[in-house]
Amino acid sequence: MNIVVCIKQVPDVADVRINPETNTLIRDGVPSIVNPFDMYAIEEGIRLREKHGGKVTVLTMGPPQAQAALREAVSMGADEAVLVSDREFAGSDTLATSYTLAMAIRKIDSVDLVVCGKQAIDGDTAQVGPGIAENLKWGFAAYVRKIDGVDDGAILLERLMDDGYDRLAVRLPALITVIKEINTPRLPSLKGKMRAKKLEIPTWSADDIAADPERIGLKGSPTWVSKIFTPQFREKGEMIEGEPQVQVDKLVTEIINMKVV
Amino acid sequence: MDYFLTEEQLMIRDLAAQIAREKILPVRAELDEREEFPSEVMKSLADSDMFGLYIPEEYGGMGGGVLENCIAIEQLSRACIAVSVSFAASGLGAYPILLYGNEKQKEQTLPRVASGKSLAAFGLTEANAGSDAGGIQTTAVKDGDSYILNGTKQWITNGGEADIYTVIAMTDRSRGARGASAFIVEKGTPGFGFGKKEKKMGIRASATRELVFEDCRIPAGNLLGREGLGFIITMKTLDKSRPGIAAQGVGLAQGAIDEAAVYAKTRIQFGKPISSQQAIQHMLADMTTQTEAARSLLYSVCKYVDGNPKSISKEAAMVKLFATDTAMRVTTDAVQVMGGYGYMREYPVEKMMRDAKILQIYEGTNQIQRNVIGLELIKEYTGKKEPIAVG
Repeated sequence: MNIVVCIKQVPDVADVRINPETNTLIRDGVPSIVNPFDMYAIEEGIRLREKHGGKVTVLTMGPPQAQAALREAVSMGADEAVLVSDREFAGSDTLATSYTLAMAIRKIDSVDLVVCGKQAIDGDTAQVGPGIAENLKWGFAAYVRKIDGVDDGAILLERLMDDGYDRLAVRLPALITVIKEINTPRLPSLKGKMRAKKLEIPTWSADDIAADPERIGLKGSPTWVSKIFTPQFREKGEMIEGEPQVQVDKLVTEIINMKVV
Repeated sequence: MDYFLTEEQLMIRDLAAQIAREKILPVRAELDEREEFPSEVMKSLADSDMFGLYIPEEYGGMGGGVLENCIAIEQLSRACIAVSVSFAASGLGAYPILLYGNEKQKEQTLPRVASGKSLAAFGLTEANAGSDAGGIQTTAVKDGDSYILNGTKQWITNGGEADIYTVIAMTDRSRGARGASAFIVEKGTPGFGFGKKEKKMGIRASATRELVFEDCRIPAGNLLGREGLGFIITMKTLDKSRPGIAAQGVGLAQGAIDEAAVYAKTRIQFGKPISSQQAIQHMLADMTTQTEAARSLLYSVCKYVDGNPKSISKEAAMVKLFATDTAMRVTTDAVQVMGGYGYMREYPVEKMMRDAKILQIYEGTNQIQRNVIGLELIKEYTGKKEPIAVG
């Protein structure tokens, strides 16, 4: 089974501060980590390979320093890594990112399954995983909490829903995004770390993946961030206590006093 | 302080620290309270390739030496020495095979130890043979292609948990210590059983049991080296493993300093943190100076040992003695710095102080270490007439 795991390097939120004047993230000196949700994707990819054979290729789009995230995945047990990096990709929104990663996945030989984390902790959109599937015209299942097996060209899984979960058989090739419940990511091994240190990681440019210049980077990104701000801190509200009848009376009196009705 | 470790050694240190932080720290108090063997942590250590640090690559190890192993033990010990002794005792059980095993014996055991699939243990101590290894009463009698073992080993770390045991037994009692031999005994061999798990003052998560041999028949091919080598194998094994106990001492002392220093900065008395009181500062200063001195000696001795010099007995004994006495003092002072809170089980330093005591006792009491150092010293000066020899 040929598996691609898409990951993202993000700032360590435990250390993130916001510049109160510009309302933007202060990234200087903030350590980078592998997006925590992607750790479950890496682990699940490795487990699938351990069970069904094949290989795990870990893929990311980002600046050259995003190699560190790929090496961490390799130290856990991923076989290969690819960095998609080009100045042309700068300013990509989720649409352009999905397209770019899909083009990179096309370049990798006979992929059966793509695994992504459910979302990144910096953007929190949860759009890139499904976006890649749309670009590839593959089936996908988001919020996967369990994989039951691979059978007859399909992957059997459980997808978390608001009111329970679905059991699905998704025809391969397919894309899934996984949630925290699916596994506990392993620690790296020493042999993995040594392999990761030495591994040559290819960097693919926009030309390498035959990307349409109109669909990448700023040009391919219709999303426009007009403003970023820190929400106002809301004071704790007043709690109305007592029996339900007493509470209702108090609430109605408050509303009347506020002259909003 | 920077000890100019290699990139690989730093990798080992960082990964061991990560395991200590993520896998040991959250469970150490519970493991201690329930006296439960840390099986999960052992699995994490195995998956991370830690059990093979000192084992050659041809047997599935990482090909490092005593230094690499001690770097890992030190970091694990910062969190809990009951866990790190379970880890280190596997090395103690494997060293006799590594040092004196033939090719077949090595192939059959070392890959399992290196992968962490099997733990090893070393069976030397008996009820009447502790510091005096010559008093061993367990016997091994040759019978055709077999040896038949009878006797009871006491206080064996990893007893019952390990699969591979190196056991010292007398093949010729008339020769005293020179009549001892070393054998590999696999768990599950008929006639080989275990006593109950001992209840201890500290390192409660580690497994300490009796090994009971009742007409236990093992293949003659399980003899390490040759008959009569048991005492020498024991001494050479302890020379290699004693720096590991020192590493436990350094790590444990550092763990106690970590706790005490953080506490001292947050504990307010007389309107200011107690860390601003000189009495506390001086205690922390002594604790940290002594621990750094122990670490310096540890790394120096490890590097010396890994150079394979002729004798390492004195150096191994010195570092074991110094680092473990330091750990006892530092953990005791950590409790003192933290006062009543330090004495409570809610905080980790009372456990550290309880745990520290065993370091001065096992793998040769610190009195025995002084005997070893003294004896080596006298040997060095035998026949020397000039007070300062040149060269």
